[in-house]
Amino acid sequence: MPITYTSGEQLEVYRFSLPVTVGVPLLALFLQAFLPRHFPGLAVYLDLPLLVTIYFAMARRNPISGLLTGAVIGLFQDMLGHNPIGIYGIAKTVVGYLASSLGVKLDVENAGARFLLTLGFYFIHSAVWFTVARGMVSLTQNWSWTRGLLAALANAFLGVILYFFLDKFKQRA
Amino acid sequence: MESVLGRYRNLVILMGVLFLQVLGLAVQVKRSSDTENTRLIRVWAVDVITPFERVLIWAQDSTGNLWHNYVYLRGVRAENRQLKDQIEQLRLEQVRLNEDAVQAHRLQALLAFKEQYISKTVAAQVIGSSGSDSSRMVYIDRGENGGVKRDMAVITSDGIVGKVLQVFPSVSQVLLINDQTSGVGTILEKSRLQGFLKGTATGEVVLEGVMSDEQVAPGERVLTSGGDQIFPKGLPVGTVTKVGPGKDLFLNIQIKPAVNLGKLEEVLVVVERQERQAQTAEVGRVRAADILAQRLPSVPDKPASVPNNAGTVPAGGVAAPKAGAPKLVPANPGLAPGQAAKTVIPSPGAASNGGPGLAPPGSKPASATAKQSKPSTAPSEPGTVQAGPAKVDPAQANSQDSPH
Repeated sequence: MPITYTSGEQLEVYRFSLPVTVGVPLLALFLQAFLPRHFPGLAVYLDLPLLVTIYFAMARRNPISGLLTGAVIGLFQDMLGHNPIGIYGIAKTVVGYLASSLGVKLDVENAGARFLLTLGFYFIHSAVWFTVARGMVSLTQNWSWTRGLLAALANAFLGVILYFFLDKFKQRA
Repeated sequence: MESVLGRYRNLVILMGVLFLQVLGLAVQVKRSSDTENTRLIRVWAVDVITPFERVLIWAQDSTGNLWHNYVYLRGVRAENRQLKDQIEQLRLEQVRLNEDAVQAHRLQALLAFKEQYISKTVAAQVIGSSGSDSSRMVYIDRGENGGVKRDMAVITSDGIVGKVLQVFPSVSQVLLINDQTSGVGTILEKSRLQGFLKGTATGEVVLEGVMSDEQVAPGERVLTSGGDQIFPKGLPVGTVTKVGPGKDLFLNIQIKPAVNLGKLEEVLVVVERQERQAQTAEVGRVRAADILAQRLPSVPDKPASVPNNAGTVPAGGVAAPKAGAPKLVPANPGLAPGQAAKTVIPSPGAASNGGPGLAPPGSKPASATAKQSKPSTAPSEPGTVQAGPAKVDPAQANSQDSPH
Protein backbone atom coordinates (compact mmCIF):
# COMPACT_ATOMS: atom_id res chain seq x y z
CA MET A 1 0.00 0.00 0.00
CA PRO A 2 1.35 3.44 -0.90
CA ILE A 3 2.43 6.06 1.55
CA THR A 4 0.50 9.12 0.51
CA TYR A 5 1.80 12.63 0.91
CA THR A 6 -0.83 14.80 2.49
CA SER A 7 -0.95 18.44 3.45
CA GLY A 8 -0.95 19.40 7.12
CA GLU A 9 -4.55 20.61 7.04
CA GLN A 10 -5.85 17.24 5.95
CA LEU A 11 -4.16 15.29 8.73
CA GLU A 12 -5.94 14.72 11.96
CA VAL A 13 -4.17 15.10 15.26
CA TYR A 14 -5.09 12.77 18.06
CA ARG A 15 -4.76 12.85 21.77
CA PHE A 16 -5.08 10.24 24.47
CA SER A 17 -6.56 10.18 27.93
CA LEU A 18 -4.18 10.25 30.89
CA PRO A 19 -4.71 6.58 31.86
CA VAL A 20 -3.86 5.52 28.31
CA THR A 21 -0.89 7.87 28.08
CA VAL A 22 0.59 6.47 31.28
CA GLY A 23 -0.85 2.96 31.31
CA VAL A 24 0.05 1.78 27.80
CA PRO A 25 3.78 2.58 28.01
CA LEU A 26 3.91 1.06 31.49
CA LEU A 27 2.15 -2.06 30.26
CA ALA A 28 4.60 -2.31 27.36
CA LEU A 29 7.55 -1.99 29.73
CA PHE A 30 6.05 -4.50 32.10
CA LEU A 31 5.45 -7.05 29.34
CA GLN A 32 8.92 -6.47 27.95
CA ALA A 33 10.37 -7.37 31.35
CA PHE A 34 7.94 -10.13 32.22
CA LEU A 35 7.44 -12.12 29.00
CA PRO A 36 11.08 -13.22 28.52
CA ARG A 37 10.63 -15.34 31.65
CA HIS A 38 8.37 -17.57 29.58
CA PHE A 39 9.67 -16.81 26.09
CA PRO A 40 13.41 -16.29 26.42
CA GLY A 41 13.96 -15.21 22.81
CA LEU A 42 11.40 -12.45 23.03
CA ALA A 43 13.77 -9.82 24.42
CA VAL A 44 16.09 -10.37 21.46
CA TYR A 45 13.47 -9.76 18.79
CA LEU A 46 10.66 -7.66 20.18
CA ASP A 47 10.81 -4.14 21.52
CA LEU A 48 7.34 -3.27 22.76
CA PRO A 49 8.37 0.11 24.24
CA LEU A 50 9.67 1.10 20.81
CA LEU A 51 6.36 0.22 19.17
CA VAL A 52 4.47 2.28 21.73
CA THR A 53 6.85 5.21 21.21
CA ILE A 54 6.33 5.09 17.45
CA TYR A 55 2.57 4.85 17.79
CA PHE A 56 2.13 7.76 20.18
CA ALA A 57 4.55 9.92 18.21
CA MET A 58 2.82 9.28 14.91
CA ALA A 59 -0.68 9.74 16.30
CA ARG A 60 0.03 13.00 18.13
CA ARG A 61 1.96 14.48 15.23
CA ASN A 62 3.82 16.81 17.56
CA PRO A 63 7.62 16.50 17.45
CA ILE A 64 8.15 17.83 20.97
CA SER A 65 5.56 15.52 22.41
CA GLY A 66 7.02 12.65 20.37
CA LEU A 67 10.60 13.17 21.49
CA LEU A 68 9.59 13.59 25.12
CA THR A 69 7.48 10.40 24.99
CA GLY A 70 10.43 8.56 23.49
CA ALA A 71 12.82 9.97 26.08
CA VAL A 72 10.66 9.00 29.05
CA ILE A 73 9.92 5.48 27.78
CA GLY A 74 13.55 4.92 26.82
CA LEU A 75 14.92 6.14 30.13
CA PHE A 76 12.47 3.91 31.98
CA GLN A 77 13.64 0.97 29.90
CA ASP A 78 17.23 1.80 30.79
CA MET A 79 16.39 1.79 34.48
CA LEU A 80 15.26 -1.81 34.33
CA GLY A 81 18.65 -3.00 33.09
CA HIS A 82 22.09 -2.63 34.59
CA ASN A 83 23.74 -0.61 31.84
CA PRO A 84 24.15 3.17 32.25
CA ILE A 85 20.88 5.06 31.98
CA GLY A 86 20.42 6.93 28.72
CA ILE A 87 21.25 4.48 25.93
CA TYR A 88 17.66 3.54 25.18
CA GLY A 89 16.64 7.06 26.16
CA ILE A 90 18.68 8.66 23.38
CA ALA A 91 17.64 6.07 20.79
CA LYS A 92 13.94 6.43 21.54
CA THR A 93 14.15 10.23 21.69
CA VAL A 94 15.44 10.26 18.13
CA VAL A 95 12.79 7.77 16.99
CA GLY A 96 10.01 9.70 18.74
CA TYR A 97 11.09 12.93 17.07
CA LEU A 98 11.38 11.38 13.62
CA ALA A 99 8.10 9.47 13.91
CA SER A 100 6.14 12.56 14.88
CA SER A 101 7.88 14.66 12.23
CA LEU A 102 6.97 12.11 9.60
CA GLY A 103 3.46 11.85 11.03
CA VAL A 104 3.00 15.54 10.21
CA LYS A 105 3.89 14.98 6.59
CA LEU A 106 2.62 11.50 5.80
CA ASP A 107 -0.61 9.64 6.13
CA VAL A 108 0.27 6.99 8.64
CA GLU A 109 -3.19 5.58 9.14
CA ASN A 110 -2.97 2.62 6.80
CA ALA A 111 -1.42 -0.70 7.68
CA GLY A 112 1.16 -0.74 4.86
CA ALA A 113 2.56 2.63 5.80
CA ARG A 114 2.71 1.64 9.43
CA PHE A 115 4.50 -1.59 8.57
CA LEU A 116 7.16 0.14 6.49
CA LEU A 117 7.64 2.96 8.96
CA THR A 118 8.02 0.61 11.91
CA LEU A 119 10.53 -1.42 9.90
CA GLY A 120 12.53 1.69 9.17
CA PHE A 121 12.32 3.07 12.69
CA TYR A 122 13.53 -0.24 14.10
CA PHE A 123 16.73 0.10 12.07
CA ILE A 124 17.15 3.75 13.05
CA HIS A 125 16.64 2.83 16.70
CA SER A 126 19.20 0.03 16.45
CA ALA A 127 21.70 2.27 14.68
CA VAL A 128 21.48 4.98 17.33
CA TRP A 129 21.52 2.44 20.14
CA PHE A 130 24.63 0.71 18.78
CA THR A 131 26.39 3.99 18.19
CA VAL A 132 25.82 5.16 21.74
CA ALA A 133 26.47 1.76 23.33
CA ARG A 134 29.75 1.27 21.54
CA GLY A 135 30.89 4.86 21.31
CA MET A 136 30.06 6.11 24.76
CA VAL A 137 29.62 3.15 27.07
CA SER A 138 32.06 0.75 25.37
CA LEU A 139 29.57 -2.08 25.35
CA THR A 140 30.70 -4.84 23.02
CA GLN A 141 27.76 -5.46 20.76
CA ASN A 142 27.77 -7.38 17.52
CA TRP A 143 25.36 -6.45 14.81
CA SER A 144 23.88 -9.30 12.81
CA TRP A 145 21.97 -8.35 9.67
CA THR A 146 19.97 -11.57 9.70
CA ARG A 147 18.90 -11.13 13.26
CA GLY A 148 18.31 -7.42 12.76
CA LEU A 149 16.11 -8.00 9.73
CA LEU A 150 14.12 -10.73 11.47
CA ALA A 151 13.65 -8.53 14.51
CA ALA A 152 12.60 -5.57 12.35
CA LEU A 153 10.04 -7.70 10.50
CA ALA A 154 8.70 -9.18 13.74
CA ASN A 155 8.34 -5.73 15.29
CA ALA A 156 6.73 -4.28 12.19
CA PHE A 157 4.25 -7.13 12.00
CA LEU A 158 3.37 -6.91 15.68
CA GLY A 159 3.28 -3.14 15.42
CA VAL A 160 0.52 -3.19 12.79
CA ILE A 161 -1.64 -5.38 15.03
CA LEU A 162 -0.83 -3.36 18.14
CA TYR A 163 -1.58 -0.02 16.46
CA PHE A 164 -4.93 -1.38 15.36
CA PHE A 165 -5.89 -2.02 18.99
CA LEU A 166 -4.41 1.25 20.22
CA ASP A 167 -6.48 3.13 17.63
CA LYS A 168 -9.52 2.37 19.80
CA PHE A 169 -8.16 4.65 22.51
CA LYS A 170 -7.34 7.70 20.45
CA GLN A 171 -9.50 10.79 20.60
CA ARG A 172 -9.69 13.56 18.07
CA ALA A 173 -7.90 16.64 19.37
CA MET B 1 17.84 35.22 17.17
CA GLU B 2 14.32 34.72 18.47
CA SER B 3 13.02 34.00 15.00
CA VAL B 4 15.73 31.38 14.47
CA LEU B 5 14.88 29.68 17.77
CA GLY B 6 11.19 29.85 16.95
CA ARG B 7 11.74 28.43 13.51
CA TYR B 8 13.88 25.55 14.71
CA ARG B 9 12.16 25.16 18.05
CA ASN B 10 11.60 21.42 17.68
CA LEU B 11 15.14 20.79 16.60
CA VAL B 12 16.52 22.90 19.43
CA ILE B 13 14.47 21.00 21.99
CA LEU B 14 15.56 17.70 20.45
CA MET B 15 19.19 18.74 20.73
CA GLY B 16 18.63 19.90 24.29
CA VAL B 17 17.03 16.61 25.38
CA LEU B 18 19.73 14.61 23.63
CA PHE B 19 22.46 16.75 25.14
CA LEU B 20 21.09 16.22 28.64
CA GLN B 21 21.00 12.47 28.17
CA VAL B 22 24.49 12.35 26.71
CA LEU B 23 25.68 14.41 29.65
CA GLY B 24 24.01 12.04 32.09
CA LEU B 25 25.60 9.08 30.34
CA ALA B 26 29.01 10.68 30.41
CA VAL B 27 28.71 11.33 34.13
CA GLN B 28 27.74 7.72 34.80
CA VAL B 29 30.56 6.35 32.68
CA LYS B 30 33.08 8.72 34.22
CA ARG B 31 32.12 8.12 37.84
CA SER B 32 32.30 4.36 38.02
CA SER B 33 31.39 1.20 36.22
CA ASP B 34 28.98 0.04 38.89
CA THR B 35 25.40 1.14 39.12
CA GLU B 36 25.42 2.50 42.66
CA ASN B 37 25.17 6.15 41.65
CA THR B 38 21.90 5.60 39.79
CA ARG B 39 20.42 3.37 42.45
CA LEU B 40 17.72 5.81 43.56
CA ILE B 41 16.36 6.24 40.04
CA ARG B 42 16.38 2.50 39.46
CA VAL B 43 14.49 1.92 42.70
CA TRP B 44 11.59 3.94 41.32
CA ALA B 45 11.47 1.96 38.11
CA VAL B 46 11.70 -1.34 39.96
CA ASP B 47 9.00 -0.25 42.42
CA VAL B 48 6.67 0.55 39.56
CA ILE B 49 7.15 -2.65 37.58
CA THR B 50 7.85 -5.44 40.07
CA PRO B 51 4.60 -5.35 42.07
CA PHE B 52 2.69 -6.28 38.90
CA GLU B 53 5.16 -9.04 38.18
CA ARG B 54 4.82 -10.45 41.69
CA VAL B 55 1.04 -10.44 41.50
CA LEU B 56 1.07 -12.13 38.12
CA ILE B 57 3.57 -14.76 39.24
CA TRP B 58 1.54 -15.39 42.37
CA ALA B 59 -1.67 -15.80 40.38
CA GLN B 60 0.08 -18.02 37.88
CA ASP B 61 1.57 -20.23 40.57
CA SER B 62 -1.68 -20.48 42.49
CA THR B 63 -3.55 -21.60 39.41
CA GLY B 64 -0.78 -24.03 38.53
CA ASN B 65 -0.67 -25.46 42.04
CA LEU B 66 -4.44 -25.90 42.13
CA TRP B 67 -4.32 -27.80 38.89
CA HIS B 68 -1.27 -29.93 39.64
CA ASN B 69 -1.97 -30.64 43.31
CA TYR B 70 -5.70 -31.23 43.27
CA VAL B 71 -6.91 -31.84 39.75
CA TYR B 72 -4.21 -33.35 37.61
CA LEU B 73 -2.76 -36.27 39.60
CA ARG B 74 -2.42 -38.74 36.78
CA GLY B 75 0.73 -40.83 36.94
CA VAL B 76 1.54 -39.87 40.52
CA ARG B 77 1.66 -43.47 41.72
CA ALA B 78 4.05 -44.48 38.99
CA GLU B 79 6.15 -41.44 39.66
CA ASN B 80 6.19 -42.22 43.37
CA ARG B 81 7.41 -45.73 42.66
CA GLN B 82 10.06 -44.40 40.36
CA LEU B 83 11.20 -41.87 42.94
CA LYS B 84 11.46 -44.56 45.61
CA ASP B 85 13.71 -46.58 43.34
CA GLN B 86 15.74 -43.48 42.75
CA ILE B 87 16.07 -42.90 46.50
CA GLU B 88 17.44 -46.41 46.94
CA GLN B 89 19.99 -45.82 44.24
CA LEU B 90 20.95 -42.47 45.69
CA ARG B 91 21.42 -44.01 49.11
CA LEU B 92 23.94 -46.42 47.71
CA GLU B 93 25.59 -43.57 45.88
CA GLN B 94 25.65 -41.57 49.09
CA VAL B 95 27.51 -44.30 50.93
CA ARG B 96 30.13 -44.35 48.23
CA LEU B 97 30.43 -40.58 48.22
CA ASN B 98 30.68 -40.47 51.99
CA GLU B 99 33.71 -42.65 51.81
CA ASP B 100 35.25 -40.42 49.17
CA ALA B 101 34.48 -37.41 51.33
CA VAL B 102 36.15 -39.05 54.30
CA GLN B 103 39.28 -39.53 52.27
CA ALA B 104 39.18 -36.06 50.76
CA HIS B 105 38.64 -34.50 54.14
CA ARG B 106 41.60 -36.29 55.59
CA LEU B 107 43.81 -35.14 52.75
CA GLN B 108 42.52 -31.58 53.05
CA ALA B 109 43.29 -31.62 56.72
CA LEU B 110 46.79 -32.79 56.04
CA LEU B 111 47.32 -30.02 53.52
CA ALA B 112 45.71 -27.43 55.82
CA PHE B 113 43.18 -26.34 53.22
CA LYS B 114 40.61 -23.74 53.96
CA GLU B 115 37.18 -25.09 53.28
CA GLN B 116 34.13 -23.18 52.19
CA TYR B 117 30.67 -24.50 52.78
CA ILE B 118 27.34 -23.08 51.82
CA SER B 119 25.77 -22.83 55.22
CA LYS B 120 22.61 -20.86 54.49
CA THR B 121 20.59 -20.16 51.40
CA VAL B 122 17.41 -18.28 50.69
CA ALA B 123 14.99 -19.57 48.07
CA ALA B 124 13.74 -16.92 45.67
CA GLN B 125 11.54 -16.78 42.65
CA VAL B 126 12.43 -15.14 39.37
CA ILE B 127 9.81 -12.51 38.66
CA GLY B 128 11.14 -10.67 35.66
CA SER B 129 14.03 -9.64 33.51
CA SER B 130 15.55 -6.45 32.11
CA GLY B 131 13.70 -7.06 28.85
CA SER B 132 16.81 -6.36 26.86
CA ASP B 133 19.43 -8.68 25.41
CA SER B 134 22.13 -6.14 26.16
CA SER B 135 21.52 -6.51 29.88
CA ARG B 136 21.24 -10.15 30.81
CA MET B 137 19.83 -10.13 34.30
CA VAL B 138 16.75 -11.19 36.18
CA TYR B 139 14.78 -9.87 39.11
CA ILE B 140 14.12 -12.11 42.11
CA ASP B 141 11.49 -11.61 44.78
CA ARG B 142 13.93 -11.37 47.69
CA GLY B 143 15.72 -8.22 48.71
CA GLU B 144 17.22 -6.50 51.71
CA ASN B 145 14.30 -7.61 53.84
CA GLY B 146 15.08 -11.22 52.99
CA GLY B 147 18.73 -10.95 53.97
CA VAL B 148 20.06 -10.63 50.43
CA LYS B 149 23.14 -8.52 49.91
CA ARG B 150 25.19 -7.38 46.98
CA ASP B 151 27.64 -9.84 45.39
CA MET B 152 25.99 -12.91 46.88
CA ALA B 153 26.07 -16.03 44.73
CA VAL B 154 22.86 -17.22 43.11
CA ILE B 155 22.60 -20.91 42.27
CA THR B 156 20.16 -23.70 41.50
CA SER B 157 20.49 -27.40 42.11
CA ASP B 158 21.99 -27.70 38.61
CA GLY B 159 24.72 -25.12 39.00
CA ILE B 160 25.51 -21.44 39.25
CA VAL B 161 23.22 -18.74 37.89
CA GLY B 162 24.89 -15.44 38.66
CA LYS B 163 25.51 -12.91 41.39
CA VAL B 164 23.39 -10.30 43.10
CA LEU B 165 24.06 -6.98 41.44
CA GLN B 166 21.69 -4.59 43.17
CA VAL B 167 19.49 -5.04 46.19
CA PHE B 168 16.22 -3.22 46.76
CA PRO B 169 13.94 -3.61 49.77
CA SER B 170 11.90 -6.50 48.42
CA VAL B 171 13.56 -7.43 45.12
CA SER B 172 17.08 -7.91 43.82
CA GLN B 173 18.80 -7.76 40.48
CA VAL B 174 20.81 -10.84 39.56
CA LEU B 175 23.49 -10.54 36.90
CA LEU B 176 23.52 -13.78 34.91
CA ILE B 177 26.77 -15.51 34.05
CA ASN B 178 26.11 -15.02 30.33
CA ASP B 179 26.12 -11.22 30.62
CA GLN B 180 29.18 -9.67 29.07
CA THR B 181 30.04 -7.78 32.24
CA SER B 182 30.03 -10.88 34.44
CA GLY B 183 33.05 -12.97 35.39
CA VAL B 184 33.41 -16.22 37.29
CA GLY B 185 36.57 -17.97 38.44
CA THR B 186 36.45 -21.53 37.13
CA ILE B 187 38.41 -24.72 36.93
CA LEU B 188 38.14 -27.60 34.48
CA GLU B 189 37.20 -30.77 36.27
CA LYS B 190 39.66 -33.22 34.73
CA SER B 191 42.57 -31.14 33.50
CA ARG B 192 42.36 -28.79 36.57
CA LEU B 193 43.11 -25.82 34.35
CA GLN B 194 41.91 -22.52 35.71
CA GLY B 195 40.25 -19.77 33.74
CA PHE B 196 37.54 -17.19 34.00
CA LEU B 197 34.08 -17.44 32.59
CA LYS B 198 32.61 -14.54 30.67
CA GLY B 199 29.43 -13.83 28.79
CA THR B 200 29.43 -12.50 25.25
CA ALA B 201 27.30 -9.94 23.46
CA THR B 202 25.24 -12.73 21.94
CA GLY B 203 24.56 -14.39 25.29
CA GLU B 204 27.04 -17.22 24.91
CA VAL B 205 29.39 -18.24 27.68
CA VAL B 206 33.12 -18.57 27.05
CA LEU B 207 36.04 -19.65 29.17
CA GLU B 208 39.04 -17.36 28.89
CA GLY B 209 42.57 -17.49 30.18
CA VAL B 210 43.48 -21.03 29.15
CA MET B 211 46.70 -21.18 27.16
CA SER B 212 46.55 -22.55 23.64
CA ASP B 213 49.09 -25.30 24.33
CA GLU B 214 46.76 -26.93 26.89
CA GLN B 215 44.55 -29.87 26.06
CA VAL B 216 40.86 -29.24 26.61
CA ALA B 217 38.29 -31.65 25.25
CA PRO B 218 34.63 -30.95 24.54
CA GLY B 219 32.41 -32.56 27.15
CA GLU B 220 34.64 -31.71 30.07
CA ARG B 221 32.83 -30.24 33.03
CA VAL B 222 33.62 -26.79 34.36
CA LEU B 223 33.38 -26.03 38.08
CA THR B 224 33.77 -22.90 40.14
CA SER B 225 37.29 -22.40 41.47
CA GLY B 226 36.33 -20.16 44.37
CA GLY B 227 38.91 -17.62 43.26
CA ASP B 228 36.34 -14.89 42.64
CA GLN B 229 35.34 -14.84 46.32
CA ILE B 230 31.69 -14.98 45.27
CA PHE B 231 30.97 -18.58 44.33
CA PRO B 232 32.07 -21.38 46.66
CA LYS B 233 34.49 -23.83 45.13
CA GLY B 234 33.26 -26.89 43.27
CA LEU B 235 29.83 -25.80 42.03
CA PRO B 236 28.89 -26.93 38.51
CA VAL B 237 29.19 -24.19 35.92
CA GLY B 238 28.71 -25.99 32.63
CA THR B 239 30.24 -28.23 30.00
CA VAL B 240 32.79 -27.49 27.31
CA THR B 241 31.08 -27.59 23.92
CA LYS B 242 33.68 -26.21 21.53
CA VAL B 243 37.38 -25.53 21.69
CA GLY B 244 39.21 -23.41 19.16
CA PRO B 245 42.08 -20.99 18.81
CA GLY B 246 41.37 -17.64 20.40
CA LYS B 247 43.08 -14.29 20.70
CA ASP B 248 46.81 -14.16 21.33
CA LEU B 249 48.01 -17.31 23.02
CA PHE B 250 44.72 -18.36 24.54
CA LEU B 251 42.09 -20.90 23.64
CA ASN B 252 38.53 -19.93 22.79
CA ILE B 253 36.45 -22.35 24.83
CA GLN B 254 32.69 -22.25 24.55
CA ILE B 255 30.66 -23.46 27.48
CA LYS B 256 27.11 -24.68 27.74
CA PRO B 257 25.87 -23.50 31.15
CA ALA B 258 24.70 -26.21 33.54
CA VAL B 259 21.60 -24.14 34.23
CA ASN B 260 19.12 -23.16 31.56
CA LEU B 261 19.50 -19.41 32.03
CA GLY B 262 16.62 -18.65 29.72
CA LYS B 263 14.08 -20.49 31.81
CA LEU B 264 14.84 -19.72 35.40
CA GLU B 265 12.01 -20.00 37.86
CA GLU B 266 13.35 -20.68 41.35
CA VAL B 267 16.86 -19.95 42.53
CA LEU B 268 18.84 -20.06 45.76
CA VAL B 269 20.78 -17.10 47.06
CA VAL B 270 23.80 -18.10 49.12
CA VAL B 271 23.41 -15.72 52.05
CA GLU B 272 25.94 -17.32 54.33
CA ARG B 273 29.14 -19.17 53.70
CA GLN B 274 31.32 -20.87 56.22
CA GLU B 275 35.02 -20.81 55.83
CA ARG B 276 37.19 -22.73 58.17
CA GLN B 277 40.50 -24.43 58.37
CA ALA B 278 40.36 -28.18 58.13
CA GLN B 279 41.78 -29.67 61.26
CA THR B 280 43.60 -32.89 61.61
CA ALA B 281 41.86 -33.39 64.94
CA GLU B 282 38.68 -34.07 63.03
CA VAL B 283 40.26 -36.97 61.32
CA GLY B 284 41.29 -38.62 64.51
CA ARG B 285 44.60 -40.10 65.25
CA VAL B 286 45.44 -43.22 63.38
CA ARG B 287 47.88 -45.26 65.30
CA ALA B 288 50.01 -48.04 64.00
CA ALA B 289 48.23 -50.39 66.40
CA ASP B 290 44.88 -49.45 64.83
CA ILE B 291 46.11 -50.20 61.35
CA LEU B 292 47.57 -53.47 62.54
CA ALA B 293 44.35 -54.39 64.31
CA GLN B 294 42.42 -53.82 61.11
CA ARG B 295 44.67 -56.08 59.13
CA LEU B 296 44.86 -58.88 61.61
CA PRO B 297 41.96 -61.32 61.91
CA SER B 298 40.09 -60.85 65.13
CA VAL B 299 37.27 -62.45 67.05
CA PRO B 300 34.05 -60.46 67.22
CA ASP B 301 33.23 -59.16 70.67
CA LYS B 302 30.44 -60.62 72.70
CA PRO B 303 27.34 -58.48 72.98
CA ALA B 304 27.65 -56.41 76.06
CA SER B 305 25.11 -56.75 78.83
CA VAL B 306 23.08 -53.76 79.90
CA PRO B 307 25.12 -52.01 82.50
CA ASN B 308 23.35 -51.14 85.68
CA ASN B 309 25.79 -48.49 86.55
CA ALA B 310 25.12 -46.22 83.64
CA GLY B 311 27.20 -43.14 83.83
CA THR B 312 30.08 -44.74 85.54
CA VAL B 313 33.44 -44.76 83.91
CA PRO B 314 34.39 -48.17 82.53
CA ALA B 315 37.82 -49.58 82.31
CA GLY B 316 38.56 -47.84 79.10
CA GLY B 317 38.22 -44.53 80.84
CA VAL B 318 35.23 -43.37 78.79
CA ALA B 319 31.86 -42.65 80.30
CA ALA B 320 28.98 -44.70 78.95
CA PRO B 321 26.42 -42.64 77.11
CA LYS B 322 23.25 -41.79 78.93
CA ALA B 323 19.74 -42.46 77.74
CA GLY B 324 19.05 -40.67 74.50
CA ALA B 325 22.67 -40.65 73.54
CA PRO B 326 23.33 -41.16 69.86
CA LYS B 327 23.78 -44.64 68.51
CA LEU B 328 27.18 -45.79 67.60
CA VAL B 329 28.70 -47.30 64.57
CA PRO B 330 32.06 -48.95 64.12
CA ALA B 331 35.10 -46.78 63.94
CA ASN B 332 36.33 -48.48 60.84
CA PRO B 333 33.56 -48.33 58.30
CA GLY B 334 35.67 -49.91 55.66
CA LEU B 335 35.87 -53.26 57.37
CA ALA B 336 33.77 -56.25 56.49
CA PRO B 337 31.11 -57.56 58.85
CA GLY B 338 32.65 -59.50 61.65
CA GLN B 339 36.03 -58.10 60.95
CA ALA B 340 35.75 -54.89 62.89
CA ALA B 341 35.65 -55.94 66.45
CA LYS B 342 36.17 -52.52 67.88
CA THR B 343 33.33 -50.24 68.76
CA VAL B 344 34.19 -46.74 69.70
CA ILE B 345 32.28 -44.43 71.94
CA PRO B 346 32.48 -40.77 71.39
CA SER B 347 32.45 -38.58 74.41
CA PRO B 348 29.57 -36.09 74.54
CA GLY B 349 31.90 -33.42 73.31
CA ALA B 350 33.19 -35.62 70.58
CA ALA B 351 29.83 -36.48 69.14
CA SER B 352 30.13 -33.91 66.45
CA ASN B 353 33.77 -33.92 65.72
CA GLY B 354 34.69 -37.34 66.82
CA GLY B 355 38.39 -36.87 67.36
CA PRO B 356 38.97 -36.94 71.06
CA GLY B 357 37.20 -39.29 73.33
CA LEU B 358 37.67 -42.40 71.26
CA ALA B 359 38.03 -45.59 73.18
CA PRO B 360 41.36 -47.28 72.93
CA PRO B 361 41.54 -50.06 70.38
CA GLY B 362 40.39 -53.36 71.59
CA SER B 363 38.29 -52.02 74.44
CA LYS B 364 34.89 -53.55 75.02
CA PRO B 365 31.69 -51.81 74.17
CA ALA B 366 30.45 -49.88 77.12
CA SER B 367 26.81 -49.84 76.26
CA ALA B 368 24.22 -52.28 75.03
CA THR B 369 23.09 -49.71 72.51
CA ALA B 370 26.40 -49.89 70.80
CA LYS B 371 26.12 -51.62 67.46
CA GLN B 372 28.53 -54.31 66.61
CA SER B 373 30.34 -54.63 63.33
CA LYS B 374 27.92 -52.93 61.00
CA PRO B 375 28.64 -53.49 57.32
CA SER B 376 30.35 -50.56 55.74
CA THR B 377 27.89 -50.30 52.88
CA ALA B 378 24.91 -49.77 55.11
CA PRO B 379 23.82 -46.16 55.31
CA SER B 380 23.84 -44.53 58.67
CA GLU B 381 20.58 -44.36 60.51
CA PRO B 382 19.13 -41.04 61.43
CA GLY B 383 20.66 -39.74 64.60
CA THR B 384 23.63 -41.94 64.25
CA VAL B 385 26.93 -40.39 65.06
CA GLN B 386 29.79 -41.77 63.10
CA ALA B 387 32.81 -42.04 65.27
CA GLY B 388 35.18 -42.77 62.43
CA PRO B 389 37.18 -40.24 60.52
CA ALA B 390 35.62 -37.19 58.84
CA LYS B 391 32.95 -36.36 61.28
CA VAL B 392 31.75 -33.33 59.38
CA ASP B 393 30.19 -34.10 56.08
CA PRO B 394 29.86 -30.99 53.91
CA ALA B 395 26.70 -32.32 52.36
CA GLN B 396 25.12 -32.71 55.77
CA ALA B 397 26.25 -29.27 56.79
CA ASN B 398 24.57 -27.81 53.75
CA SER B 399 21.34 -29.65 54.13
CA GLN B 400 20.88 -28.51 57.67
CA ASP B 401 20.45 -24.92 56.81
CA SER B 402 19.57 -24.74 53.21
CA PRO B 403 15.92 -25.01 52.26
CA HIS B 404 16.71 -27.89 49.94
